[in-house]
Order: sequence, then structure tokens, then C-alpha cells
Amino acid sequence: MSSKEQLLNDIGIVSFVIVELGLYLDTHPYDRNAMEYFNHYSRIKQQMTREFSMKYYPLTMEMSEGSKEWRWGAAPLPWEGACV
Amino acid sequence: MWNYEKRLQFPVNIKEPNAMLAQVIISQYGGPDGEMGASMRYLSQRYATPYREVAGLLTDIGTEELAHLEMVAAIVHQLTRNLSMEEIEKSGFAPYYTDHTVGIWPQAAGGIPFNACEFQSKGDVITDLHEDLAAEQKARSTYDNILRLIKEPDVCEPIKFLREREIVHFQRFGEALRLTQEKLDSKNFYAFNPGFDRCEDCGKDCGKDCGK
Repeated sequence: MSSKEQLLNDIGIVSFVIVELGLYLDTHPYDRNAMEYFNHYSRIKQQMTREFSMKYYPLTMEMSEGSKEWRWGAAPLPWEGACV
Repeated sequence: MWNYEKRLQFPVNIKEPNAMLAQVIISQYGGPDGEMGASMRYLSQRYATPYREVAGLLTDIGTEELAHLEMVAAIVHQLTRNLSMEEIEKSGFAPYYTDHTVGIWPQAAGGIPFNACEFQSKGDVITDLHEDLAAEQKARSTYDNILRLIKEPDVCEPIKFLREREIVHFQRFGEALRLTQEKLDSKNFYAFNPGFDRCEDCGKDCGKDCGK
């Protein structure tokens, strides 16, 4: 797996943790441990998404800012499959 | 308001096309228990609950279902990419191919087009949450049925992920039903539709603890 694929894969894992914790917190809003996990992984995801977007291509439209050219439209499409 | 992330919720990297599998998996795109119905069900039901935590859960699960819709489309797209005419004729894919080539269109495995009657939005939070519990189990059964037809690991893995999510959503909807019932009259949950009937105490559809 290339370092680009590895980082995108890691972002997928961290994002999944956030989705899962988010749904859990929706019905358990007073669980402090879950809230700490959520805060921890949200920070990691922000850092990884910024790193990926700077090195390879923007993962969200907002991550396109700060560049001279419009890179959002040229980014690979998620359904293309292997060789991201 | 929504934001898009240019990635799938779970990776889909299918090497070999297989039109027979595409034709059954498309049911989870636009079939009776598919992801299109799921996302529209939860996102439409949000307005009938006065309880913010329940509306929040419907929003978040409805949003995740949109990510699942994209995953199912990616699976079907990759299973029908680079198909030969011979494979289309042999696999039984010719009827779909005639109308849509290999584009993505919401239909059931049997060819029935997507229809809003696949889901309900009843305007009563207790009724809606029971529909949601059943919907998650029906989707789980459909993924079980699909998994019995698949041997290829690169198709199995994303389908297994989607199946597991149905079980987690079922769990969360059960909790949402409990949260809802705790706000209603424990002697008769059905005395009062908190999304429609007005509270005798304050004269508004306040949705608070007014099950009188």
C-alpha cells in the first residue's frame, strides 16, 4: 500500500470511530468516556485530513483553500476503486 | 445542509466484473429495503419528533445511509465496469443493460423501480421508530441473503460492513424509542402524539413531559 493509500485508509478508520461514537453519544449524551474518545479522534481526523489534502488532493471542498489552482474537481472519485 | 468528503465510508476495490452479482446488489441501492429508502425514511421522519436528541439521531443515521448508498453504487459500478457483451448476455444483465447501459439506477433485484412507498413517514414518533427498527432488520436480512450468493472476498467485505451497520442502527433506534417513551405518559404512551396533539397544560405542542 502506498503512503497515500495508507493515509486515506487511516482517515477511513478514524472517521468510522467518530461516526460510531457520534451515534452512541446521540443516545448517551452524558457518557464522559465516550466524549473524551470523540474529542481525541476528532482532533486526529482534522490533522490527518489537512495533511492528506496538502500532500495529495483536497478531501473536502473547504480543504481546497490556500491553493492557486482549483484542485477539488481534479481529485479522484471515491468509486474509482484501487490505485487512489 | 450537508458537506461531502471525497472518500467512501469503507473501501470498495473490486477486481473482476460480475453482472449477476451487480443485479442482486442493486437491490440495496433502490430496492424495498435499500439505502435510498433508508436515507429518505430517516431524513423525512425528523420533522415529526419534538425531541431534539431523536431528531439528531435520525439526522446522523440518515446521513450515514447516504454514505452507504454511495458504497452500494460503487460496488455495482465496479462489478459492471469493463463488461463484455458476451458476459451481459450470459449473466441475465441484458434487461438492465437495455434501459441503463451500465449506469446506476435505483431498482430492486427483480427490476421494480424505486418508489417512495418503500418507506413510511407517519408523523408519529413512536410509529416511525418502530418502522425504523423493522427497516434495519429487513436490510440486515437482505444483506444476509446477498452474502449467501457471494464468494469473492473483495465484494464480501464491504457488504459485511454494511450488514453490521444495520445492527448498530437497530440498537440506537431502540434507545431512541426508550428516550421517547420516557418523555410520555407511562400509563399510556399512545394517549398523545407529541408531534401533533397540543398539551393541555401549556396549550402548545411543546413536546415536553405533557402526556395528559
